[in-house]
Amino acid sequence: MNDDLARLKDALRATMPQASAPVREQAISAVLDHCSRQRQIESPSDDELEMLKSAFRNTVPQAPTSVRNKAISAAREEFDSRTKGNGDDRRLMDKTLKFSALISFIRRPVMQISRPSLALVGSTVLLAVGIVSYQIVVTTYLPMQSTQYSEIDSTQSPNAFLSESLQIESSFMSRSLDKNRPEPEMYPMESAMDSDIHDSYQTGVRFREFNSNSVKLVTEEPVSTFSIDVDTASYAYLRAMLQQGIVPPKDAIRTEELVNYFDYDYAPPETADQPFATHVSLIPSPWNPTNMLMHIGIKAFEPDRSEASPANLVFLIDTSGSMDQPNKLPLLIRSFKVLLSNLASDDTVAIVAYAGSAGVVLEPTPVSQRRKILDSLENLYAGGSTAGGEGIRLAYSLAERHMQSDGVNRVILATDGDFNVGMTDTDELEEFISRKRSSGVFLSVLGFGQDNYNDELMQHLAQSGNGNAAYIDTISEARKVLAEQVASTLFAVAKDVKIQVEFNPELVSEYRLIGYETRMLEREDFRNDKVDAGEIGAGHAVTAIYELTPAESGTGLIPPSRYQGNESNLNSDFDSEFAFLKIRYKLPDAQSSTLVSQPVTVDHYHEKADLVPHDVRFSAAVAAFGQILRGGRYTGEFGYEDVIVLAKEAIGDDQFGYRNEFIRLVRMAQVAEPPVPPQTVEQRLYDSE
Amino acid sequence: MDDKSDNSLAFQAAAGDSEAFAELLERHYDRIYRVSARILFGENELAADVAQEVCLKLHDKMSKFRGDSQFTTWLYRIVVNTAYDALRAKSVRERIEQNYAETISLHVTEHGSETDDSGWLYMALSQLSDKLRSTVFLVLEEGLTHAEAGEVLQIPEKTVSWRMHEVRRQLREMAVRREETR
Repeated sequence: MNDDLARLKDALRATMPQASAPVREQAISAVLDHCSRQRQIESPSDDELEMLKSAFRNTVPQAPTSVRNKAISAAREEFDSRTKGNGDDRRLMDKTLKFSALISFIRRPVMQISRPSLALVGSTVLLAVGIVSYQIVVTTYLPMQSTQYSEIDSTQSPNAFLSESLQIESSFMSRSLDKNRPEPEMYPMESAMDSDIHDSYQTGVRFREFNSNSVKLVTEEPVSTFSIDVDTASYAYLRAMLQQGIVPPKDAIRTEELVNYFDYDYAPPETADQPFATHVSLIPSPWNPTNMLMHIGIKAFEPDRSEASPANLVFLIDTSGSMDQPNKLPLLIRSFKVLLSNLASDDTVAIVAYAGSAGVVLEPTPVSQRRKILDSLENLYAGGSTAGGEGIRLAYSLAERHMQSDGVNRVILATDGDFNVGMTDTDELEEFISRKRSSGVFLSVLGFGQDNYNDELMQHLAQSGNGNAAYIDTISEARKVLAEQVASTLFAVAKDVKIQVEFNPELVSEYRLIGYETRMLEREDFRNDKVDAGEIGAGHAVTAIYELTPAESGTGLIPPSRYQGNESNLNSDFDSEFAFLKIRYKLPDAQSSTLVSQPVTVDHYHEKADLVPHDVRFSAAVAAFGQILRGGRYTGEFGYEDVIVLAKEAIGDDQFGYRNEFIRLVRMAQVAEPPVPPQTVEQRLYDSE
Repeated sequence: MDDKSDNSLAFQAAAGDSEAFAELLERHYDRIYRVSARILFGENELAADVAQEVCLKLHDKMSKFRGDSQFTTWLYRIVVNTAYDALRAKSVRERIEQNYAETISLHVTEHGSETDDSGWLYMALSQLSDKLRSTVFLVLEEGLTHAEAGEVLQIPEKTVSWRMHEVRRQLREMAVRREETR
């Protein structure tokens, strides 16, 4: 037996192809060399391994010089352009760069436009603000070409980029900022590698990495500005993972998306004059009794859909081979059926499939011809590789040919995000989508599947198209996104909605915005109508929560100073004002923004949490859950059990069972712990095994 | 520059020193490509893409490098992550399996004998699981210690040792089987 192995070893060395004699000699001696070193570490008997090792030596892959040079020079250019900050030289990069290059492209210009203020933080009471207002009812969403459906998400990407640039700038601040985990030096391996873990998608799924918002001193940074985010993709993803007993990576948890997943019953605007109503409340912070939470709830007006103009929808469906899984194409088809049953009969639907070659499966067809549409859907099958770019062009041209000048025109892209094949010009694609947005055709993105889901790209695309991205993991989620929320998912009542809060240092010493890390804006961006922000869809509710440390609590670090109210129309009695809340929005067809504002005073404070609406308390529970999943840096001892107690008390009537489901998820998270370290490379490599 | 350690170059690069960055790329490009090409066996263009992608994102990453571990260990981790990400696409995996199969049959037919030993190398690699294969590359080819490989793969050192043991066992079995079929 040993003879055999020895013979094998000799033969292996002797017959290795493509290695010249000197190379081989060198390899062998290197192996011997290595052997003697390694012997000291390992057990002596590694004949078989040595065979392999020496075989490796003779077949070392090496890149052609041209490839090598190209890579190095591209990276150097990238390096130089970053460090020198001249971001708009969109040099022609090799197409093979695909996504990562695309993303860094986008990042650079964005960094220039604005540099994100490291925003907010604080800790204390819950202010619940609910905003409801009416909007331009029908006119709102019927009107212009470019406004219609964008409700949810358009803000998201720009801000996301901001946060990214933020990160770059502050990259020396350790990532451990957002963890409650011990300091990095205690975990050398992790801290050093964090960044890779995160954006190299440990499960093959890509998430933009970001740090949690930190605590801000009111005296230093009295003003906090961010864009609303009505996305919910993060919650659906979290649920899918937890149901498999896996705690998702931190960067997959966008706390505001968890909070906004739930349907809060804030009062809508009473008249149609305003697109939304705003409600604010302050409550004691559940995880830190000396602090308060400032809860801001916004509820959009919900116009009557029957008065709306017909919608022109083009489904762009990924039928590549990777979609051939039960939770992808079949679920997608069922999801679209759900959507179909919620459309009006004069809305039109077209279907474009893309795989190896893109094709129009169904010309625009009125929903009244339901049978025909269903047949087309059911005949879709997965196969071939993905060439998303071509399909998108086809879908847009179809949408444009059937443009509803006063209605909704939207391409709805459904994919698992596996654009790997054929996406040679992703930057061009993004530009294309942005251009089409101004012509009035918007893009929504529905993500399917978990193994390959490209969250970051989906968000980018949806953002470029003034649209929203949703992640669909189950048919009930499809029902939620496409049926219950069809109006808000497809019809915007206000766009570029930005929130700015100025805190009064007399009453508030520190603050911290929970979530919205990827949506932070610069203070000056608030008034700049050129700066993109999020859309609100008809009937949609959006929630933002700050934690505040009251100035008189003695926990603040800096003594109170005079109220620096230099940019708002504050009342004279500042001593009862915690903060001043301003919201800017544009009507869907408007170019300039409208401002609504209100002071947040002691009257908004509810000493007893149980006098506060269920919705406010429930959202606080969700926010706590998100923070704990992200590391729990600010939530102290408050644990999953406390989240469950808080959520249970605030469950309300929970008509559709989402809140009960939330409680079940928290339980699953308890079992699925520990989330640290996140799954390793290993896990994502081999989930197929 | 040669006397500078990778770590100090990395810190300089993170601080914006373009020359230091270039030096790091020069030093390590081959390593980056090699690992990519091993993992993405036979998909050389893809490996070149992955290598380039790693180089491109190195700048961002660099700013988060704190020197808690060796630069190369840290770099391997980025490369392995990126390469495995590329491997995630089902189509790529299938092509790679195909590449192994073709390479093996090539050796068999070329030499007219299934006992060809370089065919054996690919046979051996193709029969290892992805997990074992990646461990083998890092330990045998890249010469990492078990502890370092564990750091790259984010698994305990013991697991690496166990895997290497497992590789040896499987290779031995393969050899025995070959004996028997002769």
